Amino acid sequence: MKCLVIDDEATARMIISQLIDTHKELQLVGDFSNALQAIKYLNQHEVDLIFLDIHMPEFTGFDFIQTLKNPPNVILTTSDRSFAIEAFEYDCIVDYMVKPITPERFKKAVQKAENAKLSKVSAEVPGEKNSDINKTENDLYVNIDRRLIKIDIPSIYLIEAKGDYIQIKTFEKNYTVHSTLKKIENKLPDDLFLKIHRSYVINTKHIIDIEDNSVLIEKDVVPVSRSNRPELMKRLNLL
Amino acid sequence: MKEQPNLNYLHQLSGGDKEFENKLLAVVKKEFPEEEAVYHENIKQDNFVEAASNVHKLKHKISILGLEESYRFAEIYEEELRENDPGKHQRFTEILQNMRDFITKS
Repeated sequence: MKCLVIDDEATARMIISQLIDTHKELQLVGDFSNALQAIKYLNQHEVDLIFLDIHMPEFTGFDFIQTLKNPPNVILTTSDRSFAIEAFEYDCIVDYMVKPITPERFKKAVQKAENAKLSKVSAEVPGEKNSDINKTENDLYVNIDRRLIKIDIPSIYLIEAKGDYIQIKTFEKNYTVHSTLKKIENKLPDDLFLKIHRSYVINTKHIIDIEDNSVLIEKDVVPVSRSNRPELMKRLNLL
Repeated sequence: MKEQPNLNYLHQLSGGDKEFENKLLAVVKKEFPEEEAVYHENIKQDNFVEAASNVHKLKHKISILGLEESYRFAEIYEEELRENDPGKHQRFTEILQNMRDFITKS
């Protein structure tokens, strides 16, 4: 299994790397002191298992997991016992190790990861990945005053929820439609559009800049909620 | 009686690999004074929540040096600092002193 280690403490990374070395079924392919570096790595490489610290500055282990669309198996490594319950909410978390990690405890965790990998492989259904193919089409028809009006999807830069309506903003025109953000989100390509706040979906291609908790898109300044920020950061080609 | 730091955990991890032991100890020796200084500064500035994060980091080094009782103390102290209670600072300072003495000699 190809593994990554993510921990802001050098001592912790060294210890886990040493433990990985003692297991020939594990191959360490990278270790990172922060989650953002790891996200960049994962955008280009596949791994089977991540040893992940929860308590890191800026980006916690849980924030990190939420940024991944298809997270690999994760073993949490922490000095804090109090996150165990939260850990159960994530299907990808296969074990939770409290530091200091002994070789015996590590072996047990690796066994759990191997079992989880086997059950994942047997549960995969071929062909499932193509189910969203129709979302990439360029046209969206909206019902306004009993007329179906065609909107060119890439020209949409912002959608804002306004009570029972949504406002769709394009470079040419704005449209107010009786619908919900959830409904329109399902009709838009995932690679272009992102919900950054409970009331806003943006076309990430049209971002001008990002400052603290807001995004400038065309002439609109749009708030970014804390829970949506990790996914937004993941989309960016950060230098 | 004062709890004595030891390298039992390190030996258990290394399986006799002296190079690994020396490397890990070198990192502990480098990081410990920096983390200790940041902790004291945060206490001085009444930044107790920040100090709790420093204790969290130091806790791992406490465990590496086999200080089980001190580790349990640090767990409680970390929680209390998060509630803005620095009452256990003096005792924690003694634990840090104990670690510093051991690290300097190792």
